Amino acid sequence: MSETSNSATTLTRVPIIEGWFTDDVNAPTLIGSKCPLCGTYVFPPRNGDCPSPFCESTTLDPTPLSRRGTVWSYTENRYTPPPPYVPTDPFEPYALAAVELEAEGLVVLGKVATGILAADLKVGMTMQLELDVSHRDDEHEYMVYVWAPVNP
Amino acid sequence: MSTADGKDIAILGVGMHPWGKWGRDFTEYGMVAARAALADANMQWKDIQYVAGADTIRNGYPGFIAGATFAQKLGWSGVRISSSYAACASGAQALDSARAQILAGFCDVALVIGADTTPKGFFAPVGGGDRKNDPDWQRFHVLGATNPVYFALFARRRMDMYGATSEDFARVKVKNSKHGLNNPNARFKKESTVEDVLNSPVVSDPLRLLDICATSDGAAAMVVCSMDFARKHLGTTEGLCRVKAVGTVTPVYPQSILELPDIASDSTAVVPAPSRKYKDSIAWSAYEQAGIGPEDLSLAEVYDLSTALELDWYEHIGLCAEGEAENLLRSGATTIGGKIPVNPSGGLACFGEAIPAQAISQVCELVWQLRGQAGDRQVEGAKVGITANQGLFGHGSSVIVAR
Repeated sequence: MSETSNSATTLTRVPIIEGWFTDDVNAPTLIGSKCPLCGTYVFPPRNGDCPSPFCESTTLDPTPLSRRGTVWSYTENRYTPPPPYVPTDPFEPYALAAVELEAEGLVVLGKVATGILAADLKVGMTMQLELDVSHRDDEHEYMVYVWAPVNP
Repeated sequence: MSTADGKDIAILGVGMHPWGKWGRDFTEYGMVAARAALADANMQWKDIQYVAGADTIRNGYPGFIAGATFAQKLGWSGVRISSSYAACASGAQALDSARAQILAGFCDVALVIGADTTPKGFFAPVGGGDRKNDPDWQRFHVLGATNPVYFALFARRRMDMYGATSEDFARVKVKNSKHGLNNPNARFKKESTVEDVLNSPVVSDPLRLLDICATSDGAAAMVVCSMDFARKHLGTTEGLCRVKAVGTVTPVYPQSILELPDIASDSTAVVPAPSRKYKDSIAWSAYEQAGIGPEDLSLAEVYDLSTALELDWYEHIGLCAEGEAENLLRSGATTIGGKIPVNPSGGLACFGEAIPAQAISQVCELVWQLRGQAGDRQVEGAKVGITANQGLFGHGSSVIVAR
């Protein structure tokens, strides 16, 4: 991905995991998989067999998923998760939301944008996909997809 | 086999090692439970024809081959074995394996056993290294989605959809802590108040420390046999506890509910979600096998990984309609002395989770209750009980025992 300048050093921006979302900072999308035969969706993206027992496709195609959805449920982590989670130092509580994408019929769990906590959320709220910094090391800035409330 | 016995098997003996947190070799606990179950059955180890072990994945190779591990510990006897892993349902799957062997006539009497030693704090992925295709690794690395995160999603949904409150969740803990007070096998024997729960720190909002079950060491075992073997062993089958059903179904596509350890649900875009949701189907598969319904139950032991999940289970096993669990709890129906006591053992709230032993311990409690041996936590006149639990990766179980 691109390079950003961070005080003294220059950090290379990389996704926290390969192939789950586009790196378009202004309008990122999740990348799921779609079955070319029956049309069902899968997230996280993968190759191989369609998950439907009614379909015999042995391939799946990458496809962008809707950027917007509604909150199915949500929570807020108050304690540092164990490895392989890489926490910020100091650890700051953060929210997670499971967001329902209507067109794809998927509920996708994601972090919520920094600064938005459980008290700011409600089941049914409209959310939009954005990118945020998950954590940094000496050379990299690791990006993660996040759900952010859409201002009415 | 008498036709009246149908597909019943008998539970001759049950035994447990108390739950706690000592960090000792898990087989030590297992041996105590096995000896207790054999003594309760009035059987000798040499008479056991099959060992169904429930695996622990946190204790190396001996944990993955639990059947063999315990057969060797008890003294190699040439006994046939199986080792089952099904996450939290491992113990029930081990029971199902023994039951299938018995009903097929391959053996007459079997020992079912599970034991665990657990690390402190949050469960983390097993195995180490970067396993980028493993959903269990992905959820921790990308999202920090611990087990309590998933418990919390269900809890928050109850609040926003049905108006559940933190006090409702706390009342589950209050009830279970009272039930477990006099259970000699429980780890936590301390009465909690609503205030205690509300004053404990939030772990994953809205769930607090006292809403969430701990991870524990513990062991449970049982001796099960064919009805014919029971008749010969005891001279009668009168008054024996019978396993009427072991439900171990997996989800039906599309699994539209986000469950541990998945990052997303299945898609409902092409195939609509099944009318019976997964956790409902676990209990209903057992009801169908046993030919009974929720109205026939005397008690239930359900998997209160969190207080709010116990409320979900009231609905999944058909004790009340969706959204009604808080009312059922508040009515006192699920407290000992009420219409349908839930978790008279004290549940995971008083035990903490010792994964491979937990589903077996649920059945042990049913047996003690049905025999009238549950002491101060006795459900009067208990005749039929159900267990229900759910684990990662599409595992779940429900066992029905009747006397």
